[in-house]
Amino acid sequence: MEDLVAGLLAGKVRSLAKAITIVENDLPGKREILQSVYPKTGRAYLLGITGPPGAGKSTLTDKIIAHLRAAGKSVGVIAVDPSSPFSGGAILGDRIRMQQHALDDGVFIRSMATRSHLGGLAKNTVDVIHLFDAAGKDVIIIETVGVGQDEVDIVRIAQTTVVVMVPGLGDSVQISKAGVMEIADLFAVNKADRDGADKLVNELRAMLEMVKAEVKPEIFRTVATDGVGITELVEGIFAHGKRVEESGLVAEKRSLQAENELKAYIYDMIMERITGLDSYRAVVRQVAAKELTPMSGVEQLFTGLGMAKEEENAEED
Amino acid sequence: MSKKIKVLIAKPGLDGHDRGAKVVSRALRDAGMEVIYTGIRQTPEQIVATAIQEDVDSIGLSCLSGAHNKLFPKVVDLLREKGADDVLVFGGGIIPDEDIPGLKQAGIAAIFLPGASTEETIEFIRQNVKSV
Amino acid sequence: MSCTHGEKKARLAERKSQWEAMVEKALTRFPERRDNFMTTSGIEMKRLFTPEDTEGIDYADEVGFPGIYPFTRGVQPTMYRARFWTMRQYAGFGSAKQTNERYRYLLEQGQTGLSVAFDLPTQIGYDSDHELAEGEVGKVGVAIDSLADMEVLFDQIALDKVSTSMTINAPAAVLLAMYIVVAEKQGVASDKLRGTIQNDVLKEYFARGTYIFPPQPSMKIITDIFSYCKDNLPNWNTISISGYHIREAGSSAVQEVAFTLADGLAYVDAAVKSGLDVDVFAKRLSFFFNVHNNFLEEVAKFRAARRLWAKLMKERFGARKPSSMMMRFHTQTAGCSLTAQQPDNNVVRVTMQALAAVLGGTNSLHTNSRDEALCLPTEDSVRIALRTQQIIAHESGVADTIDPLAGSYMVESLTAQIEEKALEYIKKIDDMGGVVKAIEAGYIQQEINDSAYAYQKSVESGDQVIVGVNKFTIDEAPPANLLRIKPEMELEQRRNLAAMKAGRDQAAVDTALAELKQVAVSGGNLLPPILGAVRTYATLGEICGVMRGVFGEYVEG
Repeated sequence: MEDLVAGLLAGKVRSLAKAITIVENDLPGKREILQSVYPKTGRAYLLGITGPPGAGKSTLTDKIIAHLRAAGKSVGVIAVDPSSPFSGGAILGDRIRMQQHALDDGVFIRSMATRSHLGGLAKNTVDVIHLFDAAGKDVIIIETVGVGQDEVDIVRIAQTTVVVMVPGLGDSVQISKAGVMEIADLFAVNKADRDGADKLVNELRAMLEMVKAEVKPEIFRTVATDGVGITELVEGIFAHGKRVEESGLVAEKRSLQAENELKAYIYDMIMERITGLDSYRAVVRQVAAKELTPMSGVEQLFTGLGMAKEEENAEED
Repeated sequence: MSKKIKVLIAKPGLDGHDRGAKVVSRALRDAGMEVIYTGIRQTPEQIVATAIQEDVDSIGLSCLSGAHNKLFPKVVDLLREKGADDVLVFGGGIIPDEDIPGLKQAGIAAIFLPGASTEETIEFIRQNVKSV
Repeated sequence: MSCTHGEKKARLAERKSQWEAMVEKALTRFPERRDNFMTTSGIEMKRLFTPEDTEGIDYADEVGFPGIYPFTRGVQPTMYRARFWTMRQYAGFGSAKQTNERYRYLLEQGQTGLSVAFDLPTQIGYDSDHELAEGEVGKVGVAIDSLADMEVLFDQIALDKVSTSMTINAPAAVLLAMYIVVAEKQGVASDKLRGTIQNDVLKEYFARGTYIFPPQPSMKIITDIFSYCKDNLPNWNTISISGYHIREAGSSAVQEVAFTLADGLAYVDAAVKSGLDVDVFAKRLSFFFNVHNNFLEEVAKFRAARRLWAKLMKERFGARKPSSMMMRFHTQTAGCSLTAQQPDNNVVRVTMQALAAVLGGTNSLHTNSRDEALCLPTEDSVRIALRTQQIIAHESGVADTIDPLAGSYMVESLTAQIEEKALEYIKKIDDMGGVVKAIEAGYIQQEINDSAYAYQKSVESGDQVIVGVNKFTIDEAPPANLLRIKPEMELEQRRNLAAMKAGRDQAAVDTALAELKQVAVSGGNLLPPILGAVRTYATLGEICGVMRGVFGEYVEG
């Protein structure tokens, strides 16, 4: 593991790739790797790209990568695609549109499947981001599945989130989808050469009127396949990042991020411990037979974990 | 939790006939594997760089244009160069029987000819990937 | 009168019930081989078709007469009684010299038209010395790097005596220009040239993969070609709107018709928008279909395609001349249906498929060789393929009458159903905003992929029997004596290319390429500057390189 971490920190592609495999699959060594790597994180700029399928996220990401590279930044990309709910397998095809960068040492693209994780992100995405960060990537782009409901996930992690929209996909539906208006730091109206682009932009502006915020998200028009509007979008992204930094919100966001990560681990670890208890199945039976309420069931299990509430402990004493 | 098998399906060279590659990708997905499909017109260099970044267990190469004798061994050579020779490489397409021994010697573990079933391919991968 | 008619109806109903009762009984003793018999398009192949199935079909309006709208029975009034379909075998491999030999052999053996197969670097606008050409030179077709190769290709072949079909798409303008200049050097004027360029870039994006530029500039190049040819090559077919590859990619028969015609509509639309008059350019449009195994469905498919296209041209574009509404097409037997196992069986498959194409009224036909799944065809294999057509033409008698299967309750019913279902798809694509949008949305690719996957599953489950592959297999020795392209060929081609470059007037080349760039940027017709560049022996790669620089390259996805 040490060699792997050393290689990763030195920027070796294979080491990073192998480390990601261990971390994304919860394989032995994951803990060690993350322990070593975590203190070295916090440098990278996290950019989230989200939006409905067909919006052109991958093509847009491909163009953004080119601009970032021209600006001398190294880039890590996590491209997320959905797993089949039936077989558990997945076809990860986002990188087709980014293959022009395959031979650029400054770009590392990794495809991840959502697996059984509910939401637009893959399980363990955050851990993988830490690896990219520690490996020295200046910008980490997370391109989500964009199923609609859970783009909210991305906002907990990314410093800037771009929501990509496309004219003609049922505009008002796209816009009113829960959370979209709130999570966007910038909007990219892609395929802006199509009919309905103006209409979409106007609808967005109208919706934004109603949002309470000092600074409203900017709307950019892009035609990703032709490379139109990308320069402006990337400038907008950096400008947003700068604003966030200057406003001191970065610290707040990092704290939020850290807490969310902690909570996620708490959830996972407690769940693992509790369901691993010998008494677990017995409690399940009792709750099913209405002998115990779920709440009492949990309290019993907590006692089993040595986590009983303080008053109770005091009582026992 | 056992790790899912990760396979890269790639079309090296200029051949654009992707029906087979797409059908195989889909079959592998239905068998529970994670498939990276990088589309057509990939150079061996791009394929190997992708395989390493994605840390795949196996690479499936598809070529119907007759360029397999040049391109398939090149992929294997590049993998060796980069220290990634534990990746299982197999191929398919329009490949004369008489070319198969040469390809195997060059390091391609199996060739699936027209008429081969996706089941065979799936089984082969399962039996032969380096276990975690 | 009505009494007799009533009697007739009653008797029909009685006989029908009688038969249905017998069927019931028979089923209990011998269940049928499957619960449902379907064509590739999911159309039910009923146990029996009767007059009831064709009741609503008006003969005069829907079936009609050959040479008259809607051309269901054929586009010429006398069809094969006057001239057989063109026997046009797709051929090409290795160097121009090797291919020239094969062409002269085929013409000697009675082939009536040439069909050029180019190698992948040529199809994608790369010279034989390009990095990406390594290993690909001369493999799937002939390598053409410049006018010099083209001259060798047609050596001893009089271009005023043959018609030549060139399977070339993205760089079609360049190859056409080369053909024109070769003819010039033979003393043959452009207006005498007969032939076709495939020039169908839309299908490249979703079924074949040899695109270069993005859709918009590609459409512009295509309309430039239409425009140039209408003035200079009046006998040249400017496009071969293709369904062959769509079918090879895995689509059903209905999808083949639907997506091909949708592409056709897009081209006509682009041409009309560019200012061309439909009744001037439409007569030079041609089509290219597949002919696959389901014999009856295939015959019906061709008839449905002809009828549907005629109606679409009339209704959507207001075409008035019959020639603007006529669908002329070339057919190729299905490569994907042929097997590597027991290759001689392929001769049988090709025969059935060829027969279906002839009964469907094809204007031109290529029959695949038995070694299709193994390698390029040997001389023997290609000769058998050609003989297959000749035997059908001269010995079977089917060409002695026009559209002989018309009136069959099954054929007319299937023709109508295919037409209807194809039109449904076309309307769906309309709703998406047309074929280009449908491709961008991945709709067509998904439909094809679903069909291909379903087919593979049915083969692997044994539901679809493929003789020699999943049933009736034998232990066989690997085939011998395959046609192989020697690796030295690539080296020689590169050497020749270098020599040619060294011997030409570089200044003239540079000037011509600069002129091409200027015209490309300003949006003028590209044919004149391409002709200019070709004459200086600028290479295909150099010319396409200029255009790549201006138009960009298409990236999949």
